[in-house]
Amino acid sequence: MKGYSTFSLIRNALSGHRFWKPVWRTPDLKKSYDVVIIGAGGHGLATAYYLARKHSLRNIAVLDKGDIGGGNTGRNTQITRSNYYWPQSAAFFDHSLQLYEHLSQELNFNVMLSQRGILNLAHSLHELEGIRRWANAIRINDIDAEFLTPGEVKKLVPLINLDCRFPVRGGFIQRRGGISRHDAVAWGYARAASACGVDIIQQCEVTGINIQSGRVTGVNTTRGTIGADRISIAVAGHTSHLAKMAGFRVPVTSMQLQAMVSEPIKPCLNTVVTSSVIHMYVSQSDRGELVFGGGADVYNSYAQRGGIPLLQENVAALVELLPAFSRLRVMRQWAGIVDITPDTTPIMGQTPVQNLYISGGWGTGGYKAIPAGGDTMAYTIANDQPHPLIEDFGLERFVTGALVDEGAASGVAH
Amino acid sequence: MLRLKCPWCGTRDELEYSYGGESHVTRPGLDASDVEWSDYLFNKENPKGIHYEQWLHKYGCGRWFNVARDTVTHEIYAVYEMGQAKPDIAMTDRD
Amino acid sequence: MAPAQKNRLSSGGRIDRSKPLSFKFNGRKLQGYKGDTIASALLANGIGTVNRSFKYHRPRGIMSAGVEETNALLTVTDGNGDIPVVRTTVRALLDGQRIKSASGFPSVNFDLGRVLDFTHRLWPAGFYNKVFKWPSWHWYEGIVRRMAGLGNLPGGEDSNQYFHHNLHCDVLIVGAGPAGLAAALSCMNSGARVLLVEQDHELGGSLLANSALINSIDSELWISQTRSKLEEAVNVTVMMSSTVSGYYDYNFLTITDRSTVGVKRFWKVRAKEVVLATGCIEQPLVFENNDRPGIMLAVAAMEYVNRYAVKPAGEMMVATNNDSAYQVAFALHDNGVRVPAIVDARQNIANEFAGEARRRGIPIMSGSVVLNTVGRKHLAGVRVGTLSDDGRSTVNASGVIACQGLAMSGGFNPTSHLYSQAGGKLRYDAELACFLPQDCRQRVTVAGAAHGIFSLADVLTEGARAGSEAASKAGFTCSPADDTTSAISSYNLKASRITPTGDTSRQWVDFAHDVTVADIELAVRENFVSVQHLKRYSTVGMAVDQGKTSNLNALTVLAGLTERSMEEVGTTTFRPQFMPVPMGAIAGPRHGDFYAPARLLPAHDWHVDHGAVFEDYGAWKRPEYYATHGRDRETAIAEEVLELRRSAGLFDGSPLGKIEVNGPDASDFLNRIFVNNALTLKPGRIRYGLMLSENGIVIDDGVFARLADDHYLLSTTSANADHFVDWLEKWHQCEWPDLDLIISPVTGQWAVATIAGPNARIILQEIESDIDFSAAALPHMSVATGTFLGVPARVQRVSFTGEMSFEISVPANHGHRVLEALMNTGGNRIVPIGTEALMVLRTEKGYLHVGGDTDGMTNPLDVGFAGIVARKQADFVGKRSLFRAEDQRKDRRQFVGVEPLNDNENLLPGAHFVTSQDEGRRSQGVVTSACFSPTLQRAIGLGLLERGFERKGEIVTVFDEGRTFDVRITDPVFYDPSGEKMNA
Repeated sequence: MKGYSTFSLIRNALSGHRFWKPVWRTPDLKKSYDVVIIGAGGHGLATAYYLARKHSLRNIAVLDKGDIGGGNTGRNTQITRSNYYWPQSAAFFDHSLQLYEHLSQELNFNVMLSQRGILNLAHSLHELEGIRRWANAIRINDIDAEFLTPGEVKKLVPLINLDCRFPVRGGFIQRRGGISRHDAVAWGYARAASACGVDIIQQCEVTGINIQSGRVTGVNTTRGTIGADRISIAVAGHTSHLAKMAGFRVPVTSMQLQAMVSEPIKPCLNTVVTSSVIHMYVSQSDRGELVFGGGADVYNSYAQRGGIPLLQENVAALVELLPAFSRLRVMRQWAGIVDITPDTTPIMGQTPVQNLYISGGWGTGGYKAIPAGGDTMAYTIANDQPHPLIEDFGLERFVTGALVDEGAASGVAH
Repeated sequence: MLRLKCPWCGTRDELEYSYGGESHVTRPGLDASDVEWSDYLFNKENPKGIHYEQWLHKYGCGRWFNVARDTVTHEIYAVYEMGQAKPDIAMTDRD
Repeated sequence: MAPAQKNRLSSGGRIDRSKPLSFKFNGRKLQGYKGDTIASALLANGIGTVNRSFKYHRPRGIMSAGVEETNALLTVTDGNGDIPVVRTTVRALLDGQRIKSASGFPSVNFDLGRVLDFTHRLWPAGFYNKVFKWPSWHWYEGIVRRMAGLGNLPGGEDSNQYFHHNLHCDVLIVGAGPAGLAAALSCMNSGARVLLVEQDHELGGSLLANSALINSIDSELWISQTRSKLEEAVNVTVMMSSTVSGYYDYNFLTITDRSTVGVKRFWKVRAKEVVLATGCIEQPLVFENNDRPGIMLAVAAMEYVNRYAVKPAGEMMVATNNDSAYQVAFALHDNGVRVPAIVDARQNIANEFAGEARRRGIPIMSGSVVLNTVGRKHLAGVRVGTLSDDGRSTVNASGVIACQGLAMSGGFNPTSHLYSQAGGKLRYDAELACFLPQDCRQRVTVAGAAHGIFSLADVLTEGARAGSEAASKAGFTCSPADDTTSAISSYNLKASRITPTGDTSRQWVDFAHDVTVADIELAVRENFVSVQHLKRYSTVGMAVDQGKTSNLNALTVLAGLTERSMEEVGTTTFRPQFMPVPMGAIAGPRHGDFYAPARLLPAHDWHVDHGAVFEDYGAWKRPEYYATHGRDRETAIAEEVLELRRSAGLFDGSPLGKIEVNGPDASDFLNRIFVNNALTLKPGRIRYGLMLSENGIVIDDGVFARLADDHYLLSTTSANADHFVDWLEKWHQCEWPDLDLIISPVTGQWAVATIAGPNARIILQEIESDIDFSAAALPHMSVATGTFLGVPARVQRVSFTGEMSFEISVPANHGHRVLEALMNTGGNRIVPIGTEALMVLRTEKGYLHVGGDTDGMTNPLDVGFAGIVARKQADFVGKRSLFRAEDQRKDRRQFVGVEPLNDNENLLPGAHFVTSQDEGRRSQGVVTSACFSPTLQRAIGLGLLERGFERKGEIVTVFDEGRTFDVRITDPVFYDPSGEKMNA
């Protein structure tokens, strides 16, 4: 797909920008589709795009109760990385990062991938051992990871207070990690999918999933019943809700994950910094805002609004590690609903219902997985069997006990 | 900031409590099948609406108790002791 | 000598002319007065351009007199570094302050960045999504990042002090304008605890800019009388210079209090009822070049004249779509500002205003709107045109009407941010052309202009009613105050703010982010028609002011372009903070030592005296090693290990988790908790045990001692101790409430001194105690109680070192004395041992360290507990999970010992066992513990390895930081495998 270039920008500037085309179509809703994807966030849109692009399916609808990219895609802190411990996680997330590395060209839409590196800090001897274990695993998975001494950390992040309450003992960095622009990812996929003929239907809430003889036949929505041969659920934060409509329960707890931004200032932080002891992560966006957060709230919630205990936790952590920020102001806080699984690994693949697929349980890290999530789910839907990269991420692992516990192995939550 | 009313100590901030997850889950015996055991172990109700859940007054009396809470509005509909049956929320006055 | 304040009026205003203050703006020395804001002082000195705009670098002047400011966000230095993004319209002027424009190179008056304005067609909304893709974004990012940002991070130490406070009240009133004051007066007599919060340093709100007669006295007097009444009432607290920024669930609100210089207080308020009297914000008009310096909101112009005695300009046009701006025009005129004309979008003007204008000789151009403005760096004139009947076009463009100022009023929009944060829904009112509060699940009332009431008389009445209602809802009785005014304030808004003609790429909707009508047109053309999409694509309303003056106009333009009603378009939800809050204030005193208070050992000072070097272990500060005689870390650890094995060592084990379980069902309970059998343990004996999560994962280990039939003492790992008690309580209270027992965490009650080594018993026997330490009386894995140095003591024979070992627990306050006595008695036979030496000792012995040698995937079968699991018939937590095929797999990672083929190899925990490069390198597990053993004089380690149990003797390759070397897999126990020393 073509259309956006410096040349086209200049040409349109000369005509007063009157001739730009809609980024996505506003299609009429058809009676039925070969594939209906529930959720027009990054994952749903990417799945639709790869289904159309790589699997030659054209009769696809993506339904959303709200707007394109209006859920967690538009609420997350934009971190992309593949520094995972278990080989199956590493393979999947690095596939995603590789797709990200070419996504602006692939979609002809600048997603502003900024590979400024993601730094993980260690604050004790025990944590240094943990970081060694983690970084070695990453390197064995053929992904870049580099140990840093406290001095090297300081050089990379001059504002850091190495002698904070839990002194910084070292860290490791994945230089290919970084941030990108979340809205652009959603819009880029929406534009590309729409151009391939995918119908993106906004403001269309699914209220029921129709099943006959154990096989899906369509969905009920606020805009009527839609027939579907295959259905895929990609509704971060509401996975349990949709699964319940299809008659099964999932191992998911929905919680609020908050994030906050400061007022924008000139560049002062050129790396993504994360710490699990001083529980926070922070990066500076291209607009100059510090974007930061920490852990999820501790109780079930679908509230999508910030609260005060975590705001205090996160800000105190940030200022403890980077005291120079104490005079900057927090401009805004918000929350997304994250689906946490028992092993912090996503749930991807088939479900107990035939031709019903699921991509959920992304926890706090779904954004970085969007390209690979879309690619592998498209394969899974098209072939009715899990893509090799996601074979271990299916629901059945909870019965067999073959969990892929990232948090437990690396000591760092995701 | 949630404000929970501990049945023994009264209303306190969320920060005094510790969360225990879904309540009224029956623990199967050793003869449970893998599927039954997995359902008990991992699958959650996780409702968008009233959630029956366990809280511990950690920095207080140290007692666990049950709460019926709306997961969207965070309103508390009932607080009741461990071992008591799920209250019928429609019949319960909002506390 | 600073120049005279050329735009300062000679009298009037609420400034103190006897207190001149000097300050610098971009290096120029200027003067203002106490009572000024920075903005009013700049205006008094005739400063037009204060800053450059964000995207196009256009010159910008002060556009407001309040929190909604979009332009005068400057860098201010007044003793605590150069603080960026200061809203100079609300920041008090201080003597010696230095103020800098945030952008403009080389200067704010001549900015090379203006080239972006001249080429503005190239940079429409979202242009960056279309370009800068080749070869990669990385090539352009640096430039874009440097262009963004509204100032630099302040350097130097932060000298502010930050405090947190908590407050409970019955009625919290936000805003002390006429509505808030009336509300406060109403509930004052009810006995309710009332908190009145005002962001300004004075009470009065809009009355400060526009006085009126209340109860037949001047409002200035009424305010001071009201203030006295409120301050005298014991149940009323008035906070000024304090901004309510966050409104959370359960009527929990946060306040940033700036009332003390150099101090920021963050108040956390729990209110039974909240009254929001937050007023309203005037909305700008949208016309071509509506952003030039000199153009400001009408109420701001009035506030500068009346409150600060500053003429915003020599000649100031007034443009409006409602009655309110006439007051402004008259105030300007009456203070010597020439008003060339009032441009009014409405056809019919009320006689009273027309008459008053005529009396002052101010022409009214009715049915007209501003078409365009002219000027280079400052406003020099405006062009006016007549609106067509349908409002969609303009005719009869005027010539340029010269003026240096333009006061514009597009009507008011209630300040609903806090209401929206609280979960309140807003509805669009077509007549008032603004969003009004509709309903909210929280206990909140909205009063005054915040509720769309713009007449002072009604504001006073409604404010009073809101106050008394809130008090009665909180359980108090009172009747509304009855303050009245004869002031007539009419509004008669015409819902027209957007001039329909002109170059839309020069019609600003959001001054802060440089968003124009053309940007919204482009967004709509490209199908970004939902509010969220428009906002994110054009960035309208996303600047630091969060759309206080841009959201409404943007939505109006969007509705018009998409031919939808405002209801269909909807609005976005406001998020905290209403006004940005310094991070230091939110963090409060939680930094440094207070970030996470450390737990110190009962005998902390004793360790300090013995040269301990401390390390953080969770919350605890524990001696890592003792730098006796200045020896280095490695030497110290090796010497401590060797001395303990040779003679004796003394270790402070106080952080060890200690939990007592008492009751008839204690043994039954523990039998359900531990993998190991608790029923068969005899009183006086101790057993080692594992605890699992219900998923079968090893979560902790420890020993449990049976002190009596119905009395157990559990010892758990230090880091887990607190969490573990909650976990036990949960099993007891939630799952097995029928079991009769009590769980008591006693970690902090006991100090633990562990003495270990071949000479441990001899030393102990030299100390006053009624406990028999002999091997016969107190064998390994047994417990005795008695007295030690005259205090109650429990002595457990357990060992983490592989040597004969006694754990002596005494009441915590005797910890120091016991360590001292053991040390003195031992003399040169004993040394203190730090945690690192202990780790080396237990690695030599091959003892498991849960959390180090296990990870979140390790089950008891993986650490050699298969036999114990198989022998126990009864259920225990996690048992069922072990039956799963996955948990029984033979290729799981299992606990092994490792020894490098090279004795001096630098084997480190965190290295991985890997398959060979030929078969595709893959991790087979990890080295979980490793050290150079001083006892064995070679490197050893422990690890988790796939099929480890059957691979003893095998050579395996280890990978660490890119380097590989070979190790031999061994039994984990390197030292005293028979246990002879330990059992001695």
